Amino acid sequence: MNWSGGELKNLRAELAAFRRRLHAGAILIAVLVLLLLARLYDLQVRDHGHYASLAESNRTSLIPVAAPRGLIYDDKGKILADNYSAYTLEINPSKAGNLKRTLGEIGRLIEITPAHLRRFRELLAENRSFATVPLKSHLSDKEVAILAANLYRLPGVEVKARLFRNYPYGSEFSHSIGYIGRINDRELAALKREGRLDDYRGSEHIGKTGLELQYENLLHGKPGYEEMETDAYGRAVKVLGRVAPVPGDDLELNLDQGLQRIADQAFGDRKGALVAINPNNGAVLALVSRPGFDPNLFVDGIDPQTWEELLDSPGRPLVNRAAYSVYPPGSTIKPFLAIAALEMGVRTPSYTIFDPGWYSLPGSRHRFRDWKAGGHGVVDMHKAIVQSCDTYFYRVAVDMGMKRLDAYMPLFGFGAKTGIDLPGESAGLVPSPAWKERRFHRPWFPGETVISGIGQGYWQVTPLQLAVATAALANGGTIYKPELLKAVRKAGSRAWQPVAPVVVRHIPISAADLAVVRDAMMDVVKPGGTAPTAFAGVSYAVAAKTGTAQVTGVAQNARYDAGKLAIQYRDNALFIAFAPAEKPRIAVAVIVENGGEGGVAAAPIARKVLDYYLLGKKPPAGTTGKIHDALPHD
Amino acid sequence: MMRSHTISHWLLRILRHLDGWLLAFMIALLLLSAATVYSASGQSLPRLTGHFINIFIALSVLVVVANVPPHILARLGPPLYAAALVLLMVVAVAGEVRNGSRRWLNIGVGAFQPSEIMKVALPLMLAWWFQRREGLLKGRDYALAAVLVFLPFALILRQPDLGTALLIGASGFYLLFFAGLSWRVIALIFVLAGASLPLVWHHMHDYQRQRILTLLNPEADPLGAGYHIIQSTIAIGSGGAFGKGWLHGTQAHLGFIPESTTDFVFAVFGEEFGLLGGGVLLALYLAIVARGFYIAAYAPSLFSRLMAATVSLNFFTYAFVNMGMVSGILPVVGVPLPLMSYGGTAMITLMTGFGILMSVATHKSLNKT
Repeated sequence: MNWSGGELKNLRAELAAFRRRLHAGAILIAVLVLLLLARLYDLQVRDHGHYASLAESNRTSLIPVAAPRGLIYDDKGKILADNYSAYTLEINPSKAGNLKRTLGEIGRLIEITPAHLRRFRELLAENRSFATVPLKSHLSDKEVAILAANLYRLPGVEVKARLFRNYPYGSEFSHSIGYIGRINDRELAALKREGRLDDYRGSEHIGKTGLELQYENLLHGKPGYEEMETDAYGRAVKVLGRVAPVPGDDLELNLDQGLQRIADQAFGDRKGALVAINPNNGAVLALVSRPGFDPNLFVDGIDPQTWEELLDSPGRPLVNRAAYSVYPPGSTIKPFLAIAALEMGVRTPSYTIFDPGWYSLPGSRHRFRDWKAGGHGVVDMHKAIVQSCDTYFYRVAVDMGMKRLDAYMPLFGFGAKTGIDLPGESAGLVPSPAWKERRFHRPWFPGETVISGIGQGYWQVTPLQLAVATAALANGGTIYKPELLKAVRKAGSRAWQPVAPVVVRHIPISAADLAVVRDAMMDVVKPGGTAPTAFAGVSYAVAAKTGTAQVTGVAQNARYDAGKLAIQYRDNALFIAFAPAEKPRIAVAVIVENGGEGGVAAAPIARKVLDYYLLGKKPPAGTTGKIHDALPHD
Repeated sequence: MMRSHTISHWLLRILRHLDGWLLAFMIALLLLSAATVYSASGQSLPRLTGHFINIFIALSVLVVVANVPPHILARLGPPLYAAALVLLMVVAVAGEVRNGSRRWLNIGVGAFQPSEIMKVALPLMLAWWFQRREGLLKGRDYALAAVLVFLPFALILRQPDLGTALLIGASGFYLLFFAGLSWRVIALIFVLAGASLPLVWHHMHDYQRQRILTLLNPEADPLGAGYHIIQSTIAIGSGGAFGKGWLHGTQAHLGFIPESTTDFVFAVFGEEFGLLGGGVLLALYLAIVARGFYIAAYAPSLFSRLMAATVSLNFFTYAFVNMGMVSGILPVVGVPLPLMSYGGTAMITLMTGFGILMSVATHKSLNKT
């Protein structure tokens, strides 16, 4: 490398050229500096007055206006969640000075209950620094008038018109629609992280659970703002400009309020869940979890005492039993095992066994008992389903083996989330030796294969999964993603944009095999079946299966006696059904916790739902709310 | 006695490589910076201490770099460039995503942006290349240099970080410009760039388009993207000719200015010191650039000339882009105001540049023939 450059002449010429470039650079810089100076002159001298006044009134110059949240409709256009305006008394703690004295003053003017104060303190603790905190909402006209006359001596106290969320059907939709609540610090941080904070200027509420959480982005909308001119005291004198907020999108659900109410009421005081699905597209027609709670309690901050009561309630009303709770499916698993056995050649429809009332593994004396003492005698597949023969399915499970069972049953969606548009869904569990080894580091016992055949043991399903799988039986093997959302309407638009059904998978099942199982399920609700009375006089064809799942173990020689067991150890009653059997329009899964026998406790609930949906028939008044005690079997 | 004598002798030898004028202007700016950061942070002593620690570390880097002779610096060009390029590729594959773009590389102790290294590496690489080809320069050499500019430009653009990509692209262009790229080619580049604008717009990310639209009409979205610009122009405008006085800026202290100690520090400065302060600030920047150009004009080798001129013009570019953004004539890009904003990484990059400048200024005699 030649560091001293080339010849001297060249060097000179090059240097001269370079210096000319430096001059050009200097000229560019000069131009840019003049440009900047001109801009600064404009801002700081020519328009100084304008900016000075803007800075002066900056704190109040732009007031964000929260967008009205999107409305939620049911399938028939009934409003399930809407907004209304009401006056609230709010306090800005940073302006209030002596908060205790201010609260005392207000207490002398209008009625403030201890619950109001508790809620106020709770909200104050999770307050973001720039927001006001509500003390009392839904002020009466008289209260507004009294406060307005006294505001001048109550610094930091404001009476504001606010939009509130209203759930007209209360607890009926507590687990599907969920509720909104005031934004807390954790949610605020999340919004900030996602860069969505701008959309929440002026907003106080956010979806907390259910569809309100799931579709928060659609429902929320975009805030507008008001540009205010303010006087020396910081009070708004007039509105200079206004940009209207963009309301959130409206949602139309597949849920049918009438159906939902029928199902909800059919449970009476009993705990449990029901999911009804349209087997032709996965639309969720009803989703019930009992007991429920009133979502309106949460909208403007729940009183801590009420919250504690809900949390500690033995019925656990906050838990979504339809999608979150898992249960052993009991005998409702049998039709699905029957399909698996037929498809994999483990059984033919005509293959028969003799059931003495129990089953023992070869070389073992342990007896796995059938629910029917004395047994069902000679049993083929049809009879096994109609009478829910345990011995038959013990042997099916043993002959199939866990390997094949674990390969086939997940096709129906067991052991995986269904993908429903609700937060907090459980995946459930298909029992498997590999899972047990991972989870408990214990080997698999042959007896565990036996009881897997009747939906006991490690089996865990959600009522939602049962409904989805039942829908697949109904439609010939298609698993749809269950969807609550039917259509979305953008703000300012009149057209609903429908949500397309999503096929998760198609299970190849031969029509003949399906017919065998369906015919048997149709006889379940007839005399001789396990649900002979619930569907007496029905005018459409129903295919169904009962289930009675043990919650606690029964000793080898003991007899299950419902009357002697504490209610929380009584069997769970299950029932799945679809109808009309030949061209199904609805599939339903019901569970009644500690309800006893599926055919007695759960089937009548399904009947009411099917009657209403298929015939538009409402049950006569006064039939709900009574606990059906489990009757002894056979 | 003997020992302290040798230490002071050694210190003197090291400090001999600092340029007095440059250092004086820089210190004046850094003092203004300390005052402004202190005010903008709500008079936070921890922030001020942190700022001084950053300054100290960065000045140490400057002293070290200034003591490396230019011909050694030149040899660092290719390996540094190659390393930065590899890191940019690693980022493209395995970088950390923050705020939707893949710019960060996690190295266990912390994350950094490899584009920061490229800011120094690209000019070094190009200057080394032109030095090597001195006297033999042909169009081909420029073309190869253009490729060297394009590679990091494209990688950073894909992160996506349009602002940094343009700034690094500009530094490469400056070097080509000072190396004598013909005016006709320059004109062609500008025409092509202008013609491709609609295409660029088409390929931009939504947030990038939003920034440009916001610049054209900030009032369209006063609570969203326009908020920063509206509030910073209000701050500057309300400062007036002489400012509201140190620690008296209402916009700054009521929290209306986002990033008030970093990218938007000029809004605080403009509010508190007015047009007069802005003039002084610009004068100091100009003084530094003038001194840099002077060093370039009398630098002994092509490498030294090109580096000195490019570092100086680049320095001015950053100052201009930041002030232009904060005062609302350029779109919002994440560029700190050199020597004014709080922030360690940018400060170190900057001081590395000044170290090169001072190395060029003080190693003259050694390279003269």
